[in-house]
Amino acid sequence: MLAHAIFFYFFSFVAIISAIMVTVSKNTVHSVFFLILDFISISCLFIMIGAEFLGMIMLIVYVGAVAVLFLFVVMMLNVAQQKNQWFKSTDTSTHIPIGLIVSLIIFFELIIVIGGWKYKPDIIKNFSDSLISNSTNTHTIGSVLYTEYIHLFQISGMILLVAMIGAIVLTFRKREGVKRQNYFSQISREKNQGVELVEVKSNEGVKIDV
Amino acid sequence: MEYIILLFSEIYKIFYVLIPVLVSVAMIVWLDRRIWAFVQKRRGPNVVGPFGLFQTLADALKYIFKEIIIPASSNKIIFILAPIVTMTLALIAWAVIPFSEDYVLADINVGILYIFAISSLGVYGIIMGGWASNSKYPFLGSIRSAAQMVSYEVSIGVIIINVLLCVGSLNLSDIVLAQEKIWFVIPLFPMFVIFFISSLAETNRPPFDLPEAEAELVAGYQTEYSGMMYAMFWLGEYANILLMCALGSILFLGGWLAPMDIPLFDMIPPPVWLILKILFLFVLFALIKAIVPRYRYDQLMRLGWKVFLPFSLIWVVLTSGYLLYFDLLPV
Repeated sequence: MLAHAIFFYFFSFVAIISAIMVTVSKNTVHSVFFLILDFISISCLFIMIGAEFLGMIMLIVYVGAVAVLFLFVVMMLNVAQQKNQWFKSTDTSTHIPIGLIVSLIIFFELIIVIGGWKYKPDIIKNFSDSLISNSTNTHTIGSVLYTEYIHLFQISGMILLVAMIGAIVLTFRKREGVKRQNYFSQISREKNQGVELVEVKSNEGVKIDV
Repeated sequence: MEYIILLFSEIYKIFYVLIPVLVSVAMIVWLDRRIWAFVQKRRGPNVVGPFGLFQTLADALKYIFKEIIIPASSNKIIFILAPIVTMTLALIAWAVIPFSEDYVLADINVGILYIFAISSLGVYGIIMGGWASNSKYPFLGSIRSAAQMVSYEVSIGVIIINVLLCVGSLNLSDIVLAQEKIWFVIPLFPMFVIFFISSLAETNRPPFDLPEAEAELVAGYQTEYSGMMYAMFWLGEYANILLMCALGSILFLGGWLAPMDIPLFDMIPPPVWLILKILFLFVLFALIKAIVPRYRYDQLMRLGWKVFLPFSLIWVVLTSGYLLYFDLLPV
């Protein structure tokens, strides 16, 4: 148990410190790297409690895809200077009330969820009876997700699809005068279309660009 | 006390996997250059040691003694961290590769997801290196590489789903054992081809080596690196290539299983079969490097998103439909 405790405290310590560093560090790119560190240590915690499927999915989705997009945006937009301006500008007071409200709401939600879980266990539907024991994590999640919650699963997929299409529609604009490349015409070009043999009379030259 | 014994035995096991991997990375670099040279009717490295086998060791020695130059305007911590991240990620994925039924370092339930997660983390080494160099070419190279790796990971993930549908488990040993009757390369041949091409793109190998296209970007994200740090990038890259070959042979070529169940083949130990299959895939990698010209970047992106992804998605539907109709779905 000692090793377990050591690892648990190590990963949670790293997770909390890096979560704090996300907000504190001046350089935005460093913030994103700390966010990645946070994700990784959280997924290590998931693996430690035996939820290896969730931990791996966390790594693949959040670290492998979402955080890469964060990094892209932060690097391309050069937000680093803007963040410094937020800290220096005098009207930081406008951000504080909104931040306070959001964090208070999250705090109360956490209290309700954890309190309900702790003191009234029958509030949360218990699945542990219906689960087949000694099957792997992945099988268990699959057998619940695709039977009990199939509609919710489908709806969340649809929401993601709609969000994706919405983002494409919002940023899509048709520009005039863009030269597009047609792969099929490029590949199917024959020799006689590309090369032309021209008889050149001496001392007269030939006009190529017609 | 028991913890210490456990720790040392684990470290011993780790070295038992790690040192062969590192040595074979060195040999594979030599093989790559040699095959490349033979295709182009050159001789390739043939001076150091017999057939030039120690060429990579000589190169490594040279890199160790070279000075490491850190650009003055770079972000120093991230600049140093980037090659370390690349190499570590390339090596820790080997923990779950099964060399035979009982010769595997960590036989975890979600082995394939672990490898997938680690290879999706590999993009960070490149982004960090490109960004921290604070220079135009490395940054462009790393952006290109990140976009490329993220896109091809999607199709690799869908291909892996095809295999997993036939196996019914995420454990790599189970995946190999499910191929005892027939290797998945036969029923899923189109998926094997797409997996092979995607793994070329995933490891930034030619013809998809756009991130380090020397005509446009000098050396891509590695431009500012020198000495040992460059060598670490390089080692990590080849360890990744070897890993993708191992993954290909486990998913499609039956891992450590012999091609036929005859006594002559049974005499050869299982790890040798896996190594032979990895070598076969790597020789294909090397031949393609020598033969195929480099893609244009928009062609590369089109191939990933508009050809491979829909095709492998259709194959998921076909495979699952087939398995469901003939009641072959493994539970």
